[in-house]
Amino acid sequence: MTTSRRSFIKISSFGAAGVALFGTAFKSIGQSLTENNLLATSARNLKRTATYCEVCFWKCAAWAYTDEDDNIKQLIGNETDPHCYGRLCPRGTGGVGMYADKDRLKTPLIRVKNEGAEDTFREASWEEALTLVASKMQGIKDNYGAESMALLKHGSPGSHLEHLFKAYGSDTIAEPAYAQCRGPRETGFGLTFGAWVGSPEPTDIRDTKCLVLIGAHIGENMHNTQVQEMADAIDNGATIITVDPRFSTAASKSKHWLAIKPSTDIALLLSWMHVLIYEDIYNKDYVKQYGYGFDELKEHVKDFTPEWAYGITTIKPEEIRKTARAMAAAAPSTIVHPGRHVTWYGDDSQRERAIAILNGLLGSWGNRGGFYFKEKIKVPKYPHPPYPHPKWGWEAIGEKYPFAEMGITNEVIKASIPGENDKHPIKGWFVAGTNLVSTVPQKEIIEKAIDAVEFIVVMDTMPMEITGYADVVLPECTYLERYDGIRSATNREPSIALRMPAAKPKYNSKPAWWMSKQIGEKLGLGDYFAYDDFKDVISWQLEKMGTSLEEMEKIGVKMFERKSGPMFLEKGQDYEFATNTGKIEFYSPELAAQGFDPMPVYTSHDHPDQGFYRLNYGRSPMHTFSRTINNPNLSDLMDENKLWVNPKVARVEGLKNNQEVWLENQDGVISTFSIKVRVTERIRWDSVYMYHGFGHNNKKLSRAFGKGMSDTELITKVTVDPLMGGTGMRGNFVKFRTENPHKEAIV
Amino acid sequence: MRYAMVIDTLKCVGCSDCVVACQTENNVPEGYCRDWVTETVTGAYPTVELELKSERCNHCDNAPCVRTCPTGASHIVEGGVVLVTPDECIGCGACIESCPYDARFQHPEGYVDKCTFCHHRLEKGQLPACVSVCPTKCMYFGDLDDPKSEVSQLLKTRTQKVLAPESGTKPNVYYLT
Amino acid sequence: MKEEIFISGRNIPNIDPSLEVWHFPISLYLFLGGLAAGIMVFAALVTILKKEKQFQATVKQAMLVVPIALSVGLAALFYDLTHKLYVWRLYTTIRIESPMSWGAWVLLIITFISIFWVFSYFTEMFPKWDWKYDFIKKWEAFFIKNRKPMALAMLPLAIILGVYTGILLSAFNARPLWNNAILGPLFLVSGLSTGAAVILLLSKHHYEQSMISKIDLFLIILEIFLIIHMLMGMYAGSEVQLEALNLIFGGPYTVMFFVFVVILGLIFPALLEGVELMGYKIPIAIPAILILMGGLVFRMVMVEAGQITRYLY
Repeated sequence: MTTSRRSFIKISSFGAAGVALFGTAFKSIGQSLTENNLLATSARNLKRTATYCEVCFWKCAAWAYTDEDDNIKQLIGNETDPHCYGRLCPRGTGGVGMYADKDRLKTPLIRVKNEGAEDTFREASWEEALTLVASKMQGIKDNYGAESMALLKHGSPGSHLEHLFKAYGSDTIAEPAYAQCRGPRETGFGLTFGAWVGSPEPTDIRDTKCLVLIGAHIGENMHNTQVQEMADAIDNGATIITVDPRFSTAASKSKHWLAIKPSTDIALLLSWMHVLIYEDIYNKDYVKQYGYGFDELKEHVKDFTPEWAYGITTIKPEEIRKTARAMAAAAPSTIVHPGRHVTWYGDDSQRERAIAILNGLLGSWGNRGGFYFKEKIKVPKYPHPPYPHPKWGWEAIGEKYPFAEMGITNEVIKASIPGENDKHPIKGWFVAGTNLVSTVPQKEIIEKAIDAVEFIVVMDTMPMEITGYADVVLPECTYLERYDGIRSATNREPSIALRMPAAKPKYNSKPAWWMSKQIGEKLGLGDYFAYDDFKDVISWQLEKMGTSLEEMEKIGVKMFERKSGPMFLEKGQDYEFATNTGKIEFYSPELAAQGFDPMPVYTSHDHPDQGFYRLNYGRSPMHTFSRTINNPNLSDLMDENKLWVNPKVARVEGLKNNQEVWLENQDGVISTFSIKVRVTERIRWDSVYMYHGFGHNNKKLSRAFGKGMSDTELITKVTVDPLMGGTGMRGNFVKFRTENPHKEAIV
Repeated sequence: MRYAMVIDTLKCVGCSDCVVACQTENNVPEGYCRDWVTETVTGAYPTVELELKSERCNHCDNAPCVRTCPTGASHIVEGGVVLVTPDECIGCGACIESCPYDARFQHPEGYVDKCTFCHHRLEKGQLPACVSVCPTKCMYFGDLDDPKSEVSQLLKTRTQKVLAPESGTKPNVYYLT
Repeated sequence: MKEEIFISGRNIPNIDPSLEVWHFPISLYLFLGGLAAGIMVFAALVTILKKEKQFQATVKQAMLVVPIALSVGLAALFYDLTHKLYVWRLYTTIRIESPMSWGAWVLLIITFISIFWVFSYFTEMFPKWDWKYDFIKKWEAFFIKNRKPMALAMLPLAIILGVYTGILLSAFNARPLWNNAILGPLFLVSGLSTGAAVILLLSKHHYEQSMISKIDLFLIILEIFLIIHMLMGMYAGSEVQLEALNLIFGGPYTVMFFVFVVILGLIFPALLEGVELMGYKIPIAIPAILILMGGLVFRMVMVEAGQITRYLY
């Protein structure tokens, strides 16, 4: 904008002195408009700082731009970064809102018990709050053993606390990202290929010729490179096949959308195997060289014809055959995507096994356009004394589930209730970066556990539902205001990314590493934290890795050469899979030995009764779970969720678009808040759908409070995966309540 | 020079990154936006079609907002970009009434605001913020006068549409279908 | 089923779900502008035709209303601007394509003419008034002498002003309810009719009253004809125009439009005036006030309903 001077002159030349005077008076206004409000962010000379995003787990590397007043104005993706290629997703771009949110936790809080009244929080100094946390942790250690203190976490702060916990003597660590999310796929793929899928998924989507999504909603989940590569695949004319009872965004981009009856996926997968094998179109060379137990599988799926599956899935046999042939024609450049949030019906590891087996039949594991062999670089551990050996930990708590490979959050929660797990009693919780009550189903159990444990400390950047249950609240600064561990991720090529503060922590918030160190020192574990600033740790590690903090500050992301060999198999190459047999296990001797089905079988699940609808939930591209709903930038995009209802259902139930309804589930649990109906053809008549993460009931969230509905509070029925303890959550059914069921309660 | 934006609806997932990126680049106040995303669903389950579109000012060749502006605050610059000069704008609302896309709004400061195609970035040879962040790369930007430009090529080879063509505005934002 | 929704962005204040950019002040501005234009057309015509003696109220008392109406109208327009400090920008340029621009200029010029006009009749209206200073009296004499040239200038400008109040809306392609060629003439006729109503209210002479009344009756019939013409045009129009029409037929504005504008504002006063002309005694104020009310409500309906109609979404 250069007009203010020009227009001023124009006015002077207009003649009349009075007008000229006006002109002068307004010139300054014009200038202030131009200079203060209008100057676009990228046009300003702002300081650039390397970071990686913490709005979701994808952790895209980015540049944060900070102005003279130490305000973070903008976040732009780092072009070198294989997680984003310079393009953040809306949540990443809107990460500034996480920093700017005025509702943030501002200072440590300590619970105060009031005689005959509700508990309240009082503000406390860091010294007081952390001393209290340390003394409570010490108390639990003295009375029950450090093992009885559990860490429940998500994201970057977790690693600092994990170090603290291991030094303290507890390995009772779990995160909902496992048993409430992607655990089953790691088990299913691990049992088949001897390797986890991991994050980011090593799917070569950009070069695929056929992408099969089983309920995965890429594009609504904004797992950045997955979305970017799916767009590449669309450009390349890849065939996309989507299996989903809902017409997802991905379904709308698909050549084949199989509008499956919910909970019947395994039947479809088995019939696909049947077609591939009995039409003799599976990848014979690959299966012969790398497969184990193919003959058993062939025998197993003999009767699982498309006609058989039709009766179960409602998908026409011809459609099943057509799609199987499309997959085979594109093989091995076919990806049957493992999905990410896969805790649906309790047989999820087996469903993931079926997906893995299908990929095995197509030969996509280790082939271009399928799954590549991922690689990451090891970040050297900063020297510290050896950790003590806890007597028990997450593994013992989850011992019922032989194939669990991480802590099972819901089992840790259960072990907190006296009588549930007397061998492994949990007495205290440290909750970091995860809003447990909006993440883990079966609120009743969580509340019982919360009542039972002696001490809960919550570390977060925002007041969440879980902070309301805390004895001590520790306000963490956002990722934009702190150093964190080096991000080393598995990708096509190894890469590392740096996170350093782009601004001073706002309010009285502190980084997780600082809190861990303070607590550690108060527990007498100072030797484990032999540094003043976490910067020193990073600096030391970077030097060890052949770079330096100075270099990383300039480039943000560094790529390394692969050392593990090529990304894909050579034709006929010998390759040993990390399974017991060294082969891709179509038939799993391990499962057989533990008494489980060695090959996936279809079992029927419950279907909703008359008047009830299956509650489905998923991601909106603008939000990450419940944590971003209050973000000013992101709530601007979407501030409430809606309930998707098929027009036929709307007619039968007498519902109108935008009408507010409450939901009641099969166990009589009624939603706290109402939700607006969205009448849409995108949803099946036997289900309803809503975005996950809304319906916050913490009044301190000024934008998010009471907006939309929480799906989690209606998930009271859970089917547990016997292999790894995952909580299947898609078996809950709801009915509509058009009158406010809480009216009397409010009065 | 004739700038145009071409948006591939076959790739757009409606994530709205374009909207946030615009807000942080152009300091758009909370509660306002210069671009937005629409969803159109047609058909009946299970034969459904879905179209997602990132929309904004169309920088029309025949821009009614420029015609109706009484002060010349709304004007067209090199490349066909329609701009508003805040300190020439009186906030009469005529341009808002005249826009068939409802792409303009009253900035809390009083003047009328809207998409500028990130004119300040174009001057530096950069792409508009929305285009530069789009995770699906479904947005293209370039010069229609240059037959070799990506946008010219796309419009030559793909089926396309513009919004409200019947209003006679000759818009410069195209949608590939 | 077709579903069209915003999935992000929008919900912008005053823009969504429908425009609320122009409010009552704009309706008032259009109403007062049309009314003033109407009075000036009559005043100019009787002056040009040298019938000032028979139309005393037209050239004097009614014209006294004009600068007041125009000033209030302009103040209302100013009140509805959102970037008020920059209002002077209106008068640093003339943009022929922009009705708002030339309208503002016409309004400015015609306001001055109307003030001079009132000035020229001032001592006639208020004989006891003394201008005191000689130079003012000289100016007064100058304007009294030049009433006819003023009338000649005022007539086309007043017609432009009257048409402008309609064109201001009809120039907007984007609002299907406004976008028709009838609106300019329709608002001019409506303005003439409300102007006539003011004269009727202020006139004390039977001849003037009955002449203006006859003209007004004709204007009302013409206005009804134009309204029918406009609605039929929309009925035959595109989908968006049909939607616009639905706001008036069987929509939220049906009662406002048909009861207050058509029946109470046009048909009923026309009947009263007709009955009066047939010789029955009817207080002239009743139809006059109804016409004024109808004219104002008509503009309110058009401004508000017009902003509900849009091309997309």
